[in-house]
Amino acid sequence: MNMRFYRTTMKEEGNSANRPSNTAFTQQRLPAWQPMLSAGVVIPGFLLIGLAFIGIGVGLLITSRSIQVLELDYTGTETSSPCYQCTMSNQSNCVCKLSFSIGTLFKGPVFFYYGLTNYFQNQRKYGVSKDFNQLIGDVSYFKSPSSDCQPYQRVNGKPIVPCGAIANSMFNDTFKLYQIINGKEELVPFDGKGIAWWTDYNIKYRNPDYTPLKNAFNDTEKPVFWTKPAYELDTSDASNNGFINQDFLVWMRRAALPNFRKLYRRITEGNYKDGLPAGNYSLEISYNYPVISFEGTKKVTFSNVSWMGGQNEFLGIAYLVIGSMCVVMSVVMLIVYAKFRFPEED
Amino acid sequence: MTWRSPLALLRDAVLSQKAREKELRSLVSNLPFEGLGKSKQPNRFFKPNAIKTNKYTPLFFIPMNLYEQFHRLANVYFVGLAILNFIPVVNAFQPEVALIPICVIMFLTALKDGWEDFRRYQSDKKLNNMPCLIYSRAAKHYIERRWKDVRVGDFVKVVCNETVPADLLLLHTSDPNNVCHIETSNLDGETNLKQRNALPGLCTSNDVFEPESFNCTVVCEKPNNNLNHFKCFVEKPDKEKTGAGIESLLLRGCTVRNTEHAIGFVVYAGHETKSMLNNNGPRYKRSKLERRLNVDVFFCVLLLFIMCLIGSLGHFYVWLLINCFNDIVKGHLDSPSLSSFYMFFTMIILLQILIPISLYVSVELVKIGQIFFILTDVDLYDEETDSRVQCRSLNITEDLGQIEYIFSDKTGTLTENKMVFRRCSIMGKDYPHKENVIAFLHHQETQVIPDEKLLQQISRSERSSSGISDPYMDFFLALAICNSVVVSMATTQRQRVIGLLKKSTTKSLSVLAKRTGSFWKVFDSPKQNGSSTSAHKRSDDANGVQPRALDPMTLSARPAAASGDVCYEAESPDEAALVYAAKTYGFTLLARTPNSVTVRVPSGEELVFEVLDTLAFDSNRKRMSVLVRHPITGEYVLYTKGADYAIMELLGTPGQQKKIAADTQYHLDCYAKDGLRTLCITKKIVSSREYQSWLADRKKALAAIDGREELMMASAVQLETELTMLGATGIEDRLQESVPDTITALREAGIKVWVLTGDKPETALNIGYACRLLEEGDLVINMTSTINLMDLLLKASVVFQVTCVSILDCTLEEVRRYHEDPRNVDTTQKISLMIDGDTLAIALSPDLQDRFLELAKRCRSVLCCRVTPLQKSRVVKLVRDKLKVMTLAVGDGANDVNMIQVADVGIGISGQEGMQAVMASDFAITRFKHLKKLLLVHGHWCHTRLANMIIYFFYKNAAYVNLLFWYQFYCGFSGTAMIDYWLMIFFNLFFTSTPPIMFGIMDKDVSAEMLMGVPELYRTGQGSGEYNFRTFWISMLDAFYQSLVCFFVPYLAYQGSDVDIFTFGTPLNTSSLFIILLHLGIEIKSWTVVHWIIMLGSVALYFIVTLAYSAICVTCNPPSNPYWILQNQMADPMFYLICIISTVVALLPRYTFYVLKNSIAPSPLIQAKHLDRMEPSVRDMWMKEWRSLRGGTEVKESRLSTPPSPTLETSVDFYPGFGDAASFVGEELSLNVITD
Repeated sequence: MNMRFYRTTMKEEGNSANRPSNTAFTQQRLPAWQPMLSAGVVIPGFLLIGLAFIGIGVGLLITSRSIQVLELDYTGTETSSPCYQCTMSNQSNCVCKLSFSIGTLFKGPVFFYYGLTNYFQNQRKYGVSKDFNQLIGDVSYFKSPSSDCQPYQRVNGKPIVPCGAIANSMFNDTFKLYQIINGKEELVPFDGKGIAWWTDYNIKYRNPDYTPLKNAFNDTEKPVFWTKPAYELDTSDASNNGFINQDFLVWMRRAALPNFRKLYRRITEGNYKDGLPAGNYSLEISYNYPVISFEGTKKVTFSNVSWMGGQNEFLGIAYLVIGSMCVVMSVVMLIVYAKFRFPEED
Repeated sequence: MTWRSPLALLRDAVLSQKAREKELRSLVSNLPFEGLGKSKQPNRFFKPNAIKTNKYTPLFFIPMNLYEQFHRLANVYFVGLAILNFIPVVNAFQPEVALIPICVIMFLTALKDGWEDFRRYQSDKKLNNMPCLIYSRAAKHYIERRWKDVRVGDFVKVVCNETVPADLLLLHTSDPNNVCHIETSNLDGETNLKQRNALPGLCTSNDVFEPESFNCTVVCEKPNNNLNHFKCFVEKPDKEKTGAGIESLLLRGCTVRNTEHAIGFVVYAGHETKSMLNNNGPRYKRSKLERRLNVDVFFCVLLLFIMCLIGSLGHFYVWLLINCFNDIVKGHLDSPSLSSFYMFFTMIILLQILIPISLYVSVELVKIGQIFFILTDVDLYDEETDSRVQCRSLNITEDLGQIEYIFSDKTGTLTENKMVFRRCSIMGKDYPHKENVIAFLHHQETQVIPDEKLLQQISRSERSSSGISDPYMDFFLALAICNSVVVSMATTQRQRVIGLLKKSTTKSLSVLAKRTGSFWKVFDSPKQNGSSTSAHKRSDDANGVQPRALDPMTLSARPAAASGDVCYEAESPDEAALVYAAKTYGFTLLARTPNSVTVRVPSGEELVFEVLDTLAFDSNRKRMSVLVRHPITGEYVLYTKGADYAIMELLGTPGQQKKIAADTQYHLDCYAKDGLRTLCITKKIVSSREYQSWLADRKKALAAIDGREELMMASAVQLETELTMLGATGIEDRLQESVPDTITALREAGIKVWVLTGDKPETALNIGYACRLLEEGDLVINMTSTINLMDLLLKASVVFQVTCVSILDCTLEEVRRYHEDPRNVDTTQKISLMIDGDTLAIALSPDLQDRFLELAKRCRSVLCCRVTPLQKSRVVKLVRDKLKVMTLAVGDGANDVNMIQVADVGIGISGQEGMQAVMASDFAITRFKHLKKLLLVHGHWCHTRLANMIIYFFYKNAAYVNLLFWYQFYCGFSGTAMIDYWLMIFFNLFFTSTPPIMFGIMDKDVSAEMLMGVPELYRTGQGSGEYNFRTFWISMLDAFYQSLVCFFVPYLAYQGSDVDIFTFGTPLNTSSLFIILLHLGIEIKSWTVVHWIIMLGSVALYFIVTLAYSAICVTCNPPSNPYWILQNQMADPMFYLICIISTVVALLPRYTFYVLKNSIAPSPLIQAKHLDRMEPSVRDMWMKEWRSLRGGTEVKESRLSTPPSPTLETSVDFYPGFGDAASFVGEELSLNVITD
């Protein structure tokens, strides 16, 4: 009897201090969406994705097809190549001319690229070989370049500015394009402005605050492979000289893949504003950059661009293929659904 | 403190080491040396009482914690990699950056460790500063000191309700009988009072103990952690030795009750005390999943090695191919082979996260979350005891989902362990106590309604023989006397003494409770009856109805006050039930002291029996005896009670006795068939001469320090012969609520349930039917021997073994045939095995165990009866090791501890038998029925969640790392990463770390209702479960596929363009984020608010952090430079188109596969999920259909708490199909196949 009394009192006193709180969270009963992956449910999804992808794919393919591309290899490995003689021995200031013709109007604005293959700008040791502080215009680092720049840190005891392998290996072929009109060569004007990233030109790379710029480079050496120092990259235009030289900036932005192209110039001016008209052209190349040693090739590319960049059919095809696959899958799902549906899905 | 030479210090150190290592220690009183220097102290070599459990000191925290952390191999690996990165020739990143992840993880771990250690320090400080009373020679009395001041050799006085500060040899108490009661709930959770006796013959007068005159040497054994064993003797100056055992030892952490004060001699202090030696931190078990995980980590290492080798060889190849390229790249470089050797290490650094650094931390976090949800489950909460489930092992939650064998104790686990006296047989006459059934239904466990006939019989014999030597009187006297029940005083038992120590007591107790890792709990049992009554009585006391009684003698001296209100505290509920039964018939146990027992007989007379000796119960003898001198006749009487088979062979055989014994045996068998626990009660009159000679032996045994147990037992056996049968009792132990239902569900879940019990075969069989372990219509193979093992050893045990072998073989053959019989296809798994301890002992022998297992494997359930604790653990070990299955042992008593520790998962039921099982367990529950939800729901969830989480983790790292690997093919195997390293770290540390953890804690594949309703679903986790070789490698292959897609879609899209490195890497990184998160999205079975927040939050975090980082960091991390990259990309439609297509292509196969599989061949879990979405009523219908379809038998109306009908056994018959084999009966071994 006593015990019963005891027990009841215990309960009345609410002696359940240990009782877990009975909330949806602690009892794992939070309202939940439980997606059921089964054929019936996914049919509309597959169909929708499929159709959308086909649409995107068609759009991409059309866009890509509308882009005109002209690629010319000028490595000169073959004897028939006009640049063949430039690959022989170490000729300096070798110039070769490449002739080509355009059948129809090459719609503008035309972008002119140079391209390299088998060139590993993404090599890790090559990639780290630069001194950011130099390139941002900090003169104190001109005297003592970062050790990352090894072995292009110093030459003859003098510090190299800009130091490092990337800067050292800057692409130094130059191009001139002539349209041959009635046997006469007419220079096609190149536009070299704004070909680098805006952030590179305005924020990441700065020239030291010296006038003339040359003074900042006192007691420094130009990179080993360079023919002229950095402050002479473009003597005609101060805003394109030194570290903010557009060609330099383009080169310094390392390519992700071993076969790449880099923007050299745009053709946006004068008679060629609307593009390159049909006709014969001649490209004058001052051939300096050696690529044969590592089995690389050099080429130039004319291309016009769309919203999706350069020509690339892959994405369009991929979208089309996947889109059609999805449509097919939705049909398969329909069959599966008809055969194996769950009773409650009626 | 005097100056001491370093040499002396060194010598002391060596000496103390030596002194501590010695097997025997001689201790003397400190008092004669009081005030002398430390070097003069005789006991200076032994540890002081101050304890220190914190591992670290503030000064050395960092080095020590680092040392601890580097015990984990993974940490060494990652730190090694980070250090590797500092070597310039191999480094892949900025060295400092590579340290970040490992530092973050080690810092978090150190923070956790530091906090835990600080808490330990605080509680140590609290304990060390608790007050206690130590005798001081200078002050001539006990002065208050701190616990930390107690030294070995001091005299400590412990006041009532105070906690004992060190292990004390009890020398004197305020009690006239020199006894002291202690409560050991701090140590083992048992709340009943235990009696401890002061060492006899030490004080000159009973009233005062003078420590200063104590000039004996105490010789005790080396400290050990056995709480129930202590060997010691005290040598007086005159070389007289007195032995002492655990009954004279007050353990540190116990509380003194019912005794005003006790004085003890400190034998062990501080870390050498038994309770501290027992306190060995939380157990570390490695779950099956984790073992598997480690194997796969090894696979990952192998994979990493292969990838790095490819990278290194590729580097070599590229080197040779484009050697000249390096003129431009670099002016000079190392030789190709050396360079590619370096590259190998660079690759390891680059691809290191293939070994998931955060996996171990994440798994720990997930388990904490899972345990949180187990702990907060309301269904696992027990109202009556106000206790939740306890998780004592923190890292084996997922093992709960893989159990294949359950080994269960019977008493207290399947049953309530609330004993009710149901029937008795006296002098061969049965008294059925029919009314008890009704009382029983009213849950009045301790109240017995007397049998009318028996009452008449008693009053008759009382009249005739005036209660001296009538068997009926003797029977009840034996019930009242022959036990270890302590009569507790209602008034003082749990009352705190108001004194100078009052304030600290309560607080320190809780501290101590934490320290020893035990738990307070409220019992709800007959033995708790004492405290409940006392609680009730306390209110009476407050009203002044009852005066305070502090001492049992006073109580017994005033029988009027105590009549009807005595409370009993028994170590086993059976004993209490018997004492209560005796009380019902007027034989009230009033008081028990070591030397006397006071019983009031029906005539109202109070008899004080002088207790000459108590032969305590042990599991070998299976009986206990009390030797008393009868106050009226002056005879020496031995009352013995015990298991029938332990008693029957000891009976004397005068004519009349034989018949009684036979009748009693018949009744016993009937009781057992009713599922009652039986005990035989006997008596023996010992002649004075016999007693004297025995006493001499006994004394020798008591004083022995070596082989004491054996001698004690031998002396006990010596006396327990030629007993006279008085009768037998049957005690009912009610089945716990929902046990049959739970067992049925567990069996449907594909779990084999074995019951291992110490009970008789008949009782076990009956309980087996009652809890639906055995079904009517089952084939029960009975392998029990009818002889005692003792006889067996004497007789030809070889013959027995041969018999056993042939029976095993025959049975096995039959069972095989039974299974192969096409007619029995539907009824497979309906064979049950019943085996007893003796047969089991032989079946477990090395040459037979395979056959035994072969047989047991084919049985649906196995009942082992009359097994010892050791056998229990051997059975579990055998099944676990030989069958390679996951085992779970569940039990509630000390006899289950072995089994619980051996099993993969040990579950303790915090019931009536103390806390030993709980202390040894991994999980502690309050009711057997909780096992159902714990396994079927939480086990399943924990397993699937963790398994899927780990698989996902491997996938995630592999998928991400492979992106880097594929890039190596296009960067000359130079170790370039196309993603900024900070973003890579963030990717793993922030953007994709929380979703899998949430997934591991909160995902829910099927609702709890379904899992409970269709136990079948549990089978998905059994065996290798959801995390196995196949699932692991499929997900790794998927990771490879996805990374290929994720890399080559952007690659092909950007091929030949002027894209720069990070611009190329950004869509890769972004689409891999989407792929990885959406992959998880496919895996997540139910999306709650939390899921949405975390998933969307991760995506948002990625864009916010990356955008912010790209906007702020112009040159913060040279030479890598992600400035304005993402911004630029996000303005380009191509970025989105690439991300979309690669995400879709990467996930399409997995998604399609799931969809098709779920539609064409849905797994049971998917079907269950479908059912889950139905209306509850429709769902129930489906569930029923499903269960019947799958061969799981319908859950019949289970017979709750109704005692199984004895008629069940009457249909015992040989199974017809068995023919000769079935009727094979060995000499003393029978094989019965019972069908219904």
